[in-house]
Amino acid sequence: MDGDVGIIERIEASGRAAVRGLGLYLMSMVVGLLLFCLMVNSITMIGMGLGLFLVPVIGAKSRRYANKYRELTGRWTGTRIESPYLPEPPHRPGLTGWWNRTVHTLSDPATWRDLAWMVTDPLVACFTALLPISLIGMGIHGILLAAGLWVPIHELGGTQWYTFVPVSDWPTAITAGVVGLLYIGLGLKIARPLLAVHGRWAHQLLAPTEKARLALRVQRLTQTRSDAVDSQAAELRRIERDLHDGAQARLVAMGMSLGAIEHLLDRDPDKARLLLAEARQNSAKALSELRDLVRGIHPPVLADRGLVDAVRALALDHPLPVEVAAELPGRLEPPVESAAYFAVAEILTNAAKHSGARQVWVDVRHEDGMLRISVTDDGQGGAMASGGGLRGIERRIGTFDGVLAVSSPPGGPTIVTLELPCALSSPRISPS
Amino acid sequence: MRVVLAEDLALLREGLVRLLEATGFEIAAAVDNGPDLLRALVDHRPDVAVVDVRLPPSFTDEGLQAALAARREVPGLPVLVLSQYVEQLYARELLADGSGGVGYLLKDRVFDSEQFVDAVRRVAAGGTAMDPEVVSKLMTRGGQPLSRLTPRELETLELMAQGRSNAAIAQQMVVTERAVAKHIANIFTKLDLAVSDDDNRRVLAVLAYLNR
Repeated sequence: MDGDVGIIERIEASGRAAVRGLGLYLMSMVVGLLLFCLMVNSITMIGMGLGLFLVPVIGAKSRRYANKYRELTGRWTGTRIESPYLPEPPHRPGLTGWWNRTVHTLSDPATWRDLAWMVTDPLVACFTALLPISLIGMGIHGILLAAGLWVPIHELGGTQWYTFVPVSDWPTAITAGVVGLLYIGLGLKIARPLLAVHGRWAHQLLAPTEKARLALRVQRLTQTRSDAVDSQAAELRRIERDLHDGAQARLVAMGMSLGAIEHLLDRDPDKARLLLAEARQNSAKALSELRDLVRGIHPPVLADRGLVDAVRALALDHPLPVEVAAELPGRLEPPVESAAYFAVAEILTNAAKHSGARQVWVDVRHEDGMLRISVTDDGQGGAMASGGGLRGIERRIGTFDGVLAVSSPPGGPTIVTLELPCALSSPRISPS
Repeated sequence: MRVVLAEDLALLREGLVRLLEATGFEIAAAVDNGPDLLRALVDHRPDVAVVDVRLPPSFTDEGLQAALAARREVPGLPVLVLSQYVEQLYARELLADGSGGVGYLLKDRVFDSEQFVDAVRRVAAGGTAMDPEVVSKLMTRGGQPLSRLTPRELETLELMAQGRSNAAIAQQMVVTERAVAKHIANIFTKLDLAVSDDDNRRVLAVLAYLNR
């Protein structure tokens, strides 16, 4: 029974691959070629001036189309193709702006590789993406002949050649049907391997070159570095402000109270006692403020026990019931640990504030050199990845090449997932 | 009453020794690191231990770990843990074995020496001493059933969860002990808890309830 299910599933998958191949071919043949012609024309018209306006516009359209193709190829063939384009400089108004954009478009090697791909792909796709569906189509033709289609054709005086079979009576028609079945079988058999081949071919021209990859990487590192420096500076400013308005002010008040007490001790002991109580209250408040401050910089449980117990402590302090499932056989690097901790804290705060959830689940695990954390709540959904808090988390984990994904359809549930590449050190041997 | 004391800051350790000796305790050992603490606890088997959470050599929660390890070896060994911070997670671990004789207080509480010494005595007698900060966090998480309690009953519950005796609760709330007893009976009925005559057991039941 299992075998049967397997075969049906395999045929379905193969059929899907064949249809997808046709889709990719049609995209190349229609949109790709059209854009190629437009782009080449635009470039030749730069001399006349008109190209100056056309190149950036058509270029942008070509890029959007090529990115769509990359996405589909990645999804359908399993060959992931990253976008190779250098980041566009900010638009400037006027003629210089157009000129800059044209120069930028034409100086990006990816533009030329796209063009080369757009003009060659329709041809190559005939032998890769398109071939399986053609075979299946031919097979269906054969079966139709066998089903009786040959009769009207024959009566009209034509002899239908089906591959090497001249179809003119029932036996030859049946033969055509059998050959057709073989075609369909062959088409299905090669559909998935050929689609994979097509994916590799597309990768050749559409993926970024090593140089482009490095350029993109440098750009990303520059961005995340400046984000890290900014958030560090903001953090220091916050700490300075908290100290200044909090503990520092309280210590000043305490000093003043003590001074007054010194004077009042003999003259007005009752008043002195009152001031003493006030001074003690101020010292307790200063301590509690310092405690909160330290907790915000480096939470004690995180320092003592690491990420998992720190997240458990967060769960205990949370107003909603939070279930924590964790698998982390060791400690993470302190900076990564801290970034992950504050990210989870922020997500949990959001869940409490906005989601209207009744239960939250946190899952922490380390797989394939990657720390994966997901926070799920059963609230009403509709959270946006671009929202202030989540954007801040993204910046925070961006320093470690971490990424954040949010799935929050209206009606919920909301799932926030973050991934951080990092190594796991061996578990700390507890001194006992 | 013999005490083992663990605190790595010399100034604070000496202050605690002076305070405890002045109030009639005998210091069996005063240590400044985790491994020494564990040894002292198992060797001296004191009537109560007063332990700082963060101790050398690792400066993590070594004091807590040593206290928990000692309690596994000497079940019910009374331990009062002091810390610069209180964490519900740690309170939960201390209470986990359900045998009582544990305390968990902020270091600031030492300022009020009378209350602090009272807490040490309570823990030594097998009772509990939970920091008001831990208890108030537990109370905010108590959820639905707590909304059935009156404000006075909530106040009683909070003080009881800290480990205070009926007399102390009555004094704090400026009511008679009989009124406190009545509040407590009401709380136990409303929260569906089994009534017990033993004070310590009652407190543990309340903490277990809040700690769910």
